[in-house]
Amino acid sequence: MAEAPTRPQPGAYLRGRAPLHLSPAVATALLAAAALVAVALFMSVDLKGNLGYVLPRRAVKAGAMVLVAVAVGISTLVFQTVTANRILTPSIMGFDALYVLIQTSLVFVVGASTVNTFPPAAKFAAEVALMVVLSGLLYRWLFTGGARSLHLMLLVGIVLGTLFRGFSGLLQRLMEPSEFLILQDLFFASFNQVEPSLLAAATAVVGTVAAGVWRMRHTLDVLALGRDTAVNLGVDHRRAVTAVLVMCSVLVAVSTALVGPVTFFGLLVVSLGYQLCRSFSHAWLLPITILLGVVALVGGQLLLEQVFGFATALSIIIEFTGGLLFLYLLLKGSLK
Amino acid sequence: MITLSGVTKSYGSARVVDGVDATIPAGGVTSIIGPNGAGKSTLLGLVSRLQAMDAGVVEVGGLDVARTDSRELARTMAILRQENHLTMRLKVRDLVAFGRFPHSGGRPTVEDKEHIERALGQLDLLPMADRFVDELSGGQRQRAFIAMVLAQDTRYLLLDEPLNNLDMRHSVEMMRLVRRLADEFGKTVVVVIHDINFASCYSDTILAMRGGRLLHQGSPAEIMRPEVLRDIYEIDIRIEEIEGNRIGVYFA
Repeated sequence: MAEAPTRPQPGAYLRGRAPLHLSPAVATALLAAAALVAVALFMSVDLKGNLGYVLPRRAVKAGAMVLVAVAVGISTLVFQTVTANRILTPSIMGFDALYVLIQTSLVFVVGASTVNTFPPAAKFAAEVALMVVLSGLLYRWLFTGGARSLHLMLLVGIVLGTLFRGFSGLLQRLMEPSEFLILQDLFFASFNQVEPSLLAAATAVVGTVAAGVWRMRHTLDVLALGRDTAVNLGVDHRRAVTAVLVMCSVLVAVSTALVGPVTFFGLLVVSLGYQLCRSFSHAWLLPITILLGVVALVGGQLLLEQVFGFATALSIIIEFTGGLLFLYLLLKGSLK
Repeated sequence: MITLSGVTKSYGSARVVDGVDATIPAGGVTSIIGPNGAGKSTLLGLVSRLQAMDAGVVEVGGLDVARTDSRELARTMAILRQENHLTMRLKVRDLVAFGRFPHSGGRPTVEDKEHIERALGQLDLLPMADRFVDELSGGQRQRAFIAMVLAQDTRYLLLDEPLNNLDMRHSVEMMRLVRRLADEFGKTVVVVIHDINFASCYSDTILAMRGGRLLHQGSPAEIMRPEVLRDIYEIDIRIEEIEGNRIGVYFA
């Protein structure tokens, strides 16, 4: 889809205008190259010691980052599409806080020692199932009805997120300190201690969901026009939104299980993706968002390890930048 | 033909549409008029399945709106609401192309492209087809959305207050287009409209609502009478015949 550069019209919004006039195909190709370079460098720079030990460890880490980029990128993009806004993300709406609450409740009720005897895949499957059911109950009404104000949704998200975090906090204070330590390991966003056995299961889950999203890409384009127009064009809105919510819940669960909650990462890559992608089509937006995520995570981790010598955590940098962007979007008045 | 029987919708304890029975004939232009809060737009929302009915049955061209597959309905009937804001940046041609979605499922064929170009041409949008929708004036944007539902190529076209935001010239052009769609393309067009004189001059049938109920249905000659209009609007409206059209005078 080649697009001629357009002259800015008087009074045009700056929203979505790319600073560079790249066609979506070129942007995707460049980002893919950048992502490949980042992964290759991450795997190869400063290799020393026992390769049989170092390489698999790096591969698991890189794999986890790619998976998180895919999960967060897709879930944020499609969530914004069905809610027809550019500010709310699953994390801001409290999805990952809900997942943390599920994990905490499980440890609280069953006990950490018992939880650790479960096979990680079975425990993960149970948590994802709970996550899908609960988020369906809590959020479906909010998005399937008529047009709701963005302020209401933001407010509901903040209230629910705070509630989930508060309740998790309460449970964590009530539990044995030793059990709390086991939990705490799960919640700090970190790519340094990813469970390798979880990675295979997570890859399968994310792959399946991504395939489902890809099949829905034309419907997603229509959903982005808003509910009324989508219904007029023959989209079963309730069913499509429910499907997207289920997929978001699964993806958020995967990414939170792998590296813990990351609130603003999704907002960051999707906003950048819209700036870079001069097309409304999800066939381009999806790959561009995912590749941006890979570049940001793998490249960022590489810089962190090689340049800053682990002096800080990647999640802190990403959350700081993403938080600033969130404030900027709010102040710019995108919240209509 | 559109048939409504016992169509009802409540918000809380307020019945916005209250047991409406009506038949809208196939072909021609039908206007729905009435004071603010009469339930006109809600009725159109119910007919078009954008809103769910509490009770009643609506059939559009023989299809039960509540039971028929949404995509099949989208090939029979198109609805355009008064407020359409986009969160994404779209060119006019891309917006119009969405009208083909019920037919193409997102993979436009040569035939779909012809429909898109024709719709652009019919609304004089070809000179601005590659401009972004958010750079257009209110009237141009309105026309872009109309072109989208035109490209949808449905026998039934429902327009909710299509004259909103339009100046006199564009209002007249819009109503002429509505007339042309009915006369030349054989479409059944239903418009919700505030201006009784536009309804009088351009429609074949007028439905008058008040308080969620259908008060009157008839030709412009039957509805444009002082006693009927007083019943609907609760003010005195003088009727003058000008060049064969019945015009209501209510400004002073």
